[in-house]
Amino acid sequence: MLEVRDLHAYYGKSHILQGVNITVGDNEIVSILGRNGVGRSTTLKAIMGDPPPRGEIIFEGRPIAGLKPYEIARLGIGYVPEERAIFPTLTVTQNLLMGVKNGQKARRWSLDETWRLFPQLLARADAPGGALSGGEQQMLTICRTLMGDPNLIMIDEPTEGLAPQMVERIGELLQEIARRGISILLVEQRLVIALRISHRIYVMGHGRIVFEGTSAELMANTSVRREWLEV
Amino acid sequence: MVEIVLISALDGVLYGMLLFLMASGLTVIFSMMGVLNFAHASFYMLGAFFGFQISRYLGFWAGLVAAPLLVGGLGTVVERYGLRKVHRHGHVAELLFTFGLAFVIEDLVEMVWGKLPVDYRVPPSLDFPAFTIFSGNYPAFKVFELLTAIAIFAALLLVVKRTRVGLIVQAALSHPDMVGMLGHNVDRIFMLVFGVGAGLAAVAGVIAGPALVTQSNMAGLLGPILFVVVVVGGLGSLSGAFLASLLIGLVQTFAVASNASLAGAFGDLVPSGWLQAYVGDIWNVTVAQVAPILPYLLLVLILIFRPRGLMGTRES
Repeated sequence: MLEVRDLHAYYGKSHILQGVNITVGDNEIVSILGRNGVGRSTTLKAIMGDPPPRGEIIFEGRPIAGLKPYEIARLGIGYVPEERAIFPTLTVTQNLLMGVKNGQKARRWSLDETWRLFPQLLARADAPGGALSGGEQQMLTICRTLMGDPNLIMIDEPTEGLAPQMVERIGELLQEIARRGISILLVEQRLVIALRISHRIYVMGHGRIVFEGTSAELMANTSVRREWLEV
Repeated sequence: MVEIVLISALDGVLYGMLLFLMASGLTVIFSMMGVLNFAHASFYMLGAFFGFQISRYLGFWAGLVAAPLLVGGLGTVVERYGLRKVHRHGHVAELLFTFGLAFVIEDLVEMVWGKLPVDYRVPPSLDFPAFTIFSGNYPAFKVFELLTAIAIFAALLLVVKRTRVGLIVQAALSHPDMVGMLGHNVDRIFMLVFGVGAGLAAVAGVIAGPALVTQSNMAGLLGPILFVVVVVGGLGSLSGAFLASLLIGLVQTFAVASNASLAGAFGDLVPSGWLQAYVGDIWNVTVAQVAPILPYLLLVLILIFRPRGLMGTRES
């Protein structure tokens, strides 16, 4: 599905990503863990084309490095940013409709399905996106990207700042997404959710991948956890 | 007194609507790209001059249609082959580009039409008094300007609120990058917006030209007021720009018509003599005399007390 080889990215002169290698297979949930500032978010952004990536990014057999963000999105990669980027003056429904790309016909996700999965969003369908709670906004931003029917969805810290109950709901939603045959590349800080739902896990440190394996392997590897994850 | 209030209100709304024709484009461009387009008022001026030139051969109405189309097309070209190339070098480069463009347009206009006002007249079909308020006549051309501005405002509102393109433009006002990540070609939408914005400014030029003075300095006179409208209205808000346009239109028109001064209000409280002579310079200034600086005063107050503007949706 997605293959990233020797990815480098810069913000100005700072060399943020220094040769990242990641693969995501069909129907796989893959998580990138690590402390703040090690380049996890930048990895997702560079795959979307901003900041401009150096290195090789292959999506469904096509090289996509050098394409513009909207072209990459149209090929089938969905991106949910950490800051959620809800359009505050648009209603919840309008926010969702913004996820649909022009000229798109058959889709796996529809408005009706979003309402069915999230009755609390339906209750606020005509409210401006800016008036939603943090948890509702997180649901909305994920559903908005799903409306564009991506084959791979990259989600940056969806559980940040949410109450435990909401974190559970997000975890369930991610598994529901995966069941429909959509691959997930997740950036997380909460180990619990990521360890439970991920098929494979990468740990990043200083702009590089420092560990790759399953949840069980990560749990068994105390030195990696102590050096790169625990505070 | 009632007469002055009525006429000033009409003139103020008219001036405000003309400001909005220009500020609407400017605020959308500013919000989507984060750059003040210094050349926006130049498109207004080009509208007036193109309208004048066309009216000499084909009449006013042909100019009203053709000049905005020409200027809109020009705006599209400027965006596609100028601004977009400069964009990757950052905001300062973009700012300098539009700044320079304003000078280039002004000089070109002076080369073609000279520095003196051109004889752009109200068309004979609209050159009559529409109605009489007390003793004064209100010209039909002003009524026509007002109706045109209102019609365009309504059309704009319809497009922004009811169409898919309008939805994408609204979304791009707050998070342009996210719109791209959702698979929309923001570059193309921005080019469209830039062209339409230039065209709307040109409409304002065509209908304001005959009523005001069509001259090569008209862009320079109007440009700063537009920035005030955009900042006061708030970044990313069309309704804010609309409110601010009307507000500044009304404030300026009423101020010009007012003879009030500090001396008039408090004059009796101050004993005559050295004190009055000392403060007399400020004391006797009328509101009409300070009218031109009122918008900038408003700008400063807004920046101090409400930096995101009247209805802005974001800080920067």
